[in-house]
Amino acid sequence: MINTLNTLVRKVPNWLLYLIGAAYPAWLLYAGFTGGLGVDPVKAMEHALGKAGLQVLIAVLLITPLRRFTKLNVLSWRRALGVIAFFYILLHFLVWMVLDVQIISQVKADLIKRPYIIVGMISLLILLPLAITSNNLSIRNLGPRWRKLHKLTYLAVALGGVHYIMQTKGFEYEPYIYLAVVLGLIAIRKLPKKRAAHPAKRQAA
Amino acid sequence: MAHRWTNDLTHDDVTPKSAYLNRRQLMTGMAGLGLAALAPKARAATDLTPTDFDVITQYNNFYEFGTGKEDPAKHAHRLTTQPWSIKIDGMVDRPGDYALGDILSKMTIEERLYRFRCVEAWSMVVPWNGFELKDLLDLAGVQSSAKYVAFETLYRPDEMIGQKSPFLEWPYVEGLRLDEANHPLTLMATGIYGKDMPKQNGAPIRLVVPWKYGFKSIKSIVRITLTDKEPPTSWNKSIPGEYGFYSNVNPEVDHPRWSQASERPIGGGFFAKRIPTLKFNGYEKEVASLYDGMDLRKNY
Repeated sequence: MINTLNTLVRKVPNWLLYLIGAAYPAWLLYAGFTGGLGVDPVKAMEHALGKAGLQVLIAVLLITPLRRFTKLNVLSWRRALGVIAFFYILLHFLVWMVLDVQIISQVKADLIKRPYIIVGMISLLILLPLAITSNNLSIRNLGPRWRKLHKLTYLAVALGGVHYIMQTKGFEYEPYIYLAVVLGLIAIRKLPKKRAAHPAKRQAA
Repeated sequence: MAHRWTNDLTHDDVTPKSAYLNRRQLMTGMAGLGLAALAPKARAATDLTPTDFDVITQYNNFYEFGTGKEDPAKHAHRLTTQPWSIKIDGMVDRPGDYALGDILSKMTIEERLYRFRCVEAWSMVVPWNGFELKDLLDLAGVQSSAKYVAFETLYRPDEMIGQKSPFLEWPYVEGLRLDEANHPLTLMATGIYGKDMPKQNGAPIRLVVPWKYGFKSIKSIVRITLTDKEPPTSWNKSIPGEYGFYSNVNPEVDHPRWSQASERPIGGGFFAKRIPTLKFNGYEKEVASLYDGMDLRKNY
């Protein structure tokens, strides 16, 4: 069962993932122009892209625990999902800057003065080098440093969750649930692994 | 007494956008020919056009019906507005439950075309129908000891499903200083565009204080209390550092999380240009004297 599933996952070509990924912002744009996003398409698109970015990053964080606890192996999708999430968040930022705030002096002031904007911006800036090095050449060139660099994903996603909480007005459960899921997925990686060492110990005993 | 305040925007300004644009083009053309002086008396209408009815009724912050802007339009149909009465109590000569029908039979309904500026930096222009709050307060007879007016929204979680969430402390409460409440701009609105107040906009009766951020204009009012102490207000209780008692529209005093210098008019689609926010939302001439000698940065 799980092997069939894993084979299926591996058969999905990357271009299909990128195509599905690109379809979402394209649909938002279409819906925005045809009234599907309500009377304020700018905010609707801005929020939808931010949330989708966070959701796809959470999917990326799910891949390792899934493999460990269910043997489901979606590793072949990880790069595409990471790159798609980065583009959602980049678009989220661009919509905020160009369509929402518009005035360049106000954009600059916000980037310096508003803590929730600063946190979001740091998250995006952390993701930038990760997106740039999401290719085989970089993996080869950077060697073991590539893995280290890409561990920054944890920090970027956690900051994204914090940014979501910071922009709320009254009390809402949803952003806290997102952050809890993110922190849970990071923490789960710290669970002790019972591998090789244990059988050896048992034999010794 | 109605008609204390004369709108410099009249019913003629409640025009479809296309007509408005034509007029604007015409005026631009005239300006080009150096004929601007011949244009009909240049009113604020040149940069003010009423927001479409559909926009006003589909984009609401009415957290009693959910946190999304479309939630009130989706869920407010559950609200029953009949019978409706307003309890007026505290420092008044004639406290009691005032049936809405009785109140309305004594009032003259006027149309007021007001700018509406949300603290979230978006704005609309709304043709309200209503009467001045002062007329209602006079009905109850405000005692000389009263200094503030407290308002309360209906609390009925079965119908107002957002009240089941701890988003805010319910019921929603707001307040004004008595002189603000008595100002002729301060309106008890019962409709928009000549229609009964849509439920998502605060049926059957709500406050409209056009020089303050929208959240001061409390909806679906069931209680008005005259008091000598500054009454608690919902958003101030929730996030005191961001929302003050006065909450006058002021482009010079930023919200901690965003600038208040400009606003996005709602209804213009993807490429709606921001416009500068006006002090007291454009009603500086009428209300600035209420705050003489006050530090508006401190009393945000």
